[in-house]
Amino acid sequence: MRLHIHRWLGAGLAATLAVSLAACAGSDRGNESSGSSTAAAGSDASSAGSAAGGPSDPNGQIVFGAAGAPSMFDPMYATDGETFRVVRQMNEGLTGFKPGTADVEPALAKSWEKSSDGLTWTFTLQDGVKFHDGTPFDAAAVCYNLDRMYAQTGAGITQGQYWSDNMGGFKGQKDAKGKPVPSLYGSCKASDAGAAAITLTRVTSKFPALLGLPSFSMQSPTALKQYDANNVKAEGDSFIYPAYATDHPTGTGPFKFQAYDKANNTVTLVRNDDYWGEKAKSKTLIFKIIPDETARKQELEAGTIDGYDLPNPADWDGLKSSGFNLEIRPAFNILYLGFTLKNPDLQDLRVRQAIAYALNRPQLVSSQLPEGAVVASLFYPDTVTPYTQGVQAYDYNVQKAKDLLAAAGKSNLTLNFWWPTDVTRPYMPDPKSIFTAFKSDLQAAGITIKETSKPWNGGYLDGVEAQQADIFLLGWTGDYNTPDNFLGSFFSDTTNRFATSNVPWGTKLSGELQTADSTVDDTQRNALYDTINKELLADYLPGVPISSSSPALVLASNVQGMVASPLTDEKFAPVYKN
Amino acid sequence: MLRYTVRRLLQLVLVLLVLSLLLFVWLRSLPGGPVTALLGERATPAKRAELTAVLGLDQPIFVQYFKFLARMLRGDFGQSTGVSAGTPALDVFFTRFGATIELAVGAMIFGLVLGIPLGYMAAKRRAGALDNSLIVVSLVGIAVPVFFLAFLMKYLFAVKWGMLPPSGRQTPGIDATRVTGLFIVDGLITREWDASWDSVKHLILPWIALGTIPFAVIFRITRASVLEVQGEDFVRTAEAKGLTRTTIRNRHVLRNAMLPVITVTGLLSGLLLTGAVLTEKVFAYPGLGEALYIGFTKKDYPVVQVIILAAAAAFVIINTLVDLTYALVDPRIRAR
Repeated sequence: MRLHIHRWLGAGLAATLAVSLAACAGSDRGNESSGSSTAAAGSDASSAGSAAGGPSDPNGQIVFGAAGAPSMFDPMYATDGETFRVVRQMNEGLTGFKPGTADVEPALAKSWEKSSDGLTWTFTLQDGVKFHDGTPFDAAAVCYNLDRMYAQTGAGITQGQYWSDNMGGFKGQKDAKGKPVPSLYGSCKASDAGAAAITLTRVTSKFPALLGLPSFSMQSPTALKQYDANNVKAEGDSFIYPAYATDHPTGTGPFKFQAYDKANNTVTLVRNDDYWGEKAKSKTLIFKIIPDETARKQELEAGTIDGYDLPNPADWDGLKSSGFNLEIRPAFNILYLGFTLKNPDLQDLRVRQAIAYALNRPQLVSSQLPEGAVVASLFYPDTVTPYTQGVQAYDYNVQKAKDLLAAAGKSNLTLNFWWPTDVTRPYMPDPKSIFTAFKSDLQAAGITIKETSKPWNGGYLDGVEAQQADIFLLGWTGDYNTPDNFLGSFFSDTTNRFATSNVPWGTKLSGELQTADSTVDDTQRNALYDTINKELLADYLPGVPISSSSPALVLASNVQGMVASPLTDEKFAPVYKN
Repeated sequence: MLRYTVRRLLQLVLVLLVLSLLLFVWLRSLPGGPVTALLGERATPAKRAELTAVLGLDQPIFVQYFKFLARMLRGDFGQSTGVSAGTPALDVFFTRFGATIELAVGAMIFGLVLGIPLGYMAAKRRAGALDNSLIVVSLVGIAVPVFFLAFLMKYLFAVKWGMLPPSGRQTPGIDATRVTGLFIVDGLITREWDASWDSVKHLILPWIALGTIPFAVIFRITRASVLEVQGEDFVRTAEAKGLTRTTIRNRHVLRNAMLPVITVTGLLSGLLLTGAVLTEKVFAYPGLGEALYIGFTKKDYPVVQVIILAAAAAFVIINTLVDLTYALVDPRIRAR
């Protein structure tokens, strides 16, 4: 009997608990701000989506498999592709990129003019554009945004990496020696509501293309102020972002932020029904975070997502034969074999040339790299203009490699060859297979190879940066279509991973790059890049350009409207399901 | 009893302190780090130095540790740098804790509900066909790695036959209300039955994959324990007294046979977290295991620290509770 009483007591307690929980918790369905939802949501489904060529269901939903979580939603502080993928749908810059290309086209600015000295750029803005909070987009907003980016302090400087990479210093920023860090940005003036004049401190080839980068998107000044957007702080060994960046991103784009459900690993955006351009063809866009590549593939096969990025090249054929749409992007990256010029043996040009001749790059590209990959002649892909023809070529020639080594007195050369594990990059889908192929090529030329493999973020990048390798595999994916985005990133600073400060031409190359970037006249600038490219391959050879690969994204067969971008600048506004 | 409980709690504090020191030093001695993870190929020596200084990673390790300790005592474990950048590590922990609890509790229930009755039945029919086949099944449960079973089941039931969702916790866009962070419970208490059922569907395969470990162990322990207990004098005495089979089973055999099962259940809870790392990775299930995996990959020190410390605390607390349960189940221990 005692046991029975216990049972009844237990059941009674459970029932009471359930009833009291149910009493204090109700469904939030129908309310836009559910427990995990955080931001103003678009509620009116109505109008959009029924444009010509649109979907049968204007209230459709696209679920895209993302490989990682976004860091936050203020592009000013973002550096990673997963954050950019989300913010690109909500934000726009003054300039943009023509779908499927890296060519600059008008976006929030419908046209622009530069002054004769190339320093002042006047942008005429689109009419009738509003931010997601309903405030108008005008020239004052443009200047507010640029001044805000320039005026970063403290942790904002560390986090504003795209600004420092492309614009240089921040307002009042000093380097370790107390000298001001030069900035490309001079000032911004709103001559009237529809035109903003931006003045630079020096001429650069990057302008106005760099204004199309998501980091330089236009955001609502009202929301930036209201949610304390500049208040990014470093605390402990990490950063704290303000409410603007986590919950209230407010741009002008075709989608608005609805929620980042961290418990369910999804980011939900909804159509901006007040969008100034062609409205999004799907009502809801969800990024489902699935870190495991195999899991993403299986979700697509099971029909629970509509697409994902960077399918493993080994799966391409299988995906295509299963009826999925494989969208291959034009190659906009470069893989190179880098030399650490601290090594005295490698300071001899003949040794570097010998290595270049020893590598069978065509075979690597045809046997190890995905469809669309090509052998590289320059340190940037042939989709970047200007592309220099007639540079010194290094066709596969083992005997020539041996002869050059003998002439340099380095027939018994030993090199420490570093390659990364635990990583795939768009330019380097399988580092091990690339290393294995090159190792045997170099051994065939009589070079002894010592192998060092380390996890990408477990010693590899650190070691390469610390110039511990003799030769190493690395690369770069371009941000926009200028040679400076590649060459400038590699060689402008002589304390680079190639250690060009150890060779006499290191400083000269840095100066030549600066001069070319600052040249106003396009023809003259192109001629300077031609010269640099020829010198780089014939006289300097700080590494061997290997290949440019074409990364892909894959979509379900009923998904329409996606245009693959070399810059991974894919827009989801025209995307819908049949 | 009170002294015993207090002593165990003090032990817990000491364990956590020592562990936090070891963990802090060990994580920072690994190659790579948050600076490399954040900068990637864009790193330059100047940027690296700047970010290292801003994050305080250039200070001596003991200074960093004492700062960490001071913050930890205030309940501040730092912000995530990789799993969910900018979110307090403790929030990441609590957000994902509910997911892992739903997974682990379900897997444990699967193990208990199948393991105890089948263990009892196998013992009762010792050396029979049922006993032999169940032993083989339990051996497979122990021998087959969790990730392999998870992968196989996922391929068959989700990808090939489309019976269940392949991964995740809840279908995107289901518009579910969050209350407790336990999705199944949330659906029940808000009467959003479809949301609750959707979560269950997402969990069936992970439950079975992870539940094979407790099932196999509990089955074998129950079987062995029942075999031992049913030969004891007091069972014979009960039979001689003419008690019914049900009374003998419930009051004498099972109650005594359950002691080692309870001990093992406590120990298994720690093992489940290890298994959860693999299960959550295969099913892209956003729980603590997946966070730990991403945390290690991206060198997210705050998240890794808080999860490992919490797991250690949970392990010690559960086993303390198990010891206390002993006293409740066995009157002889209570009397001591």
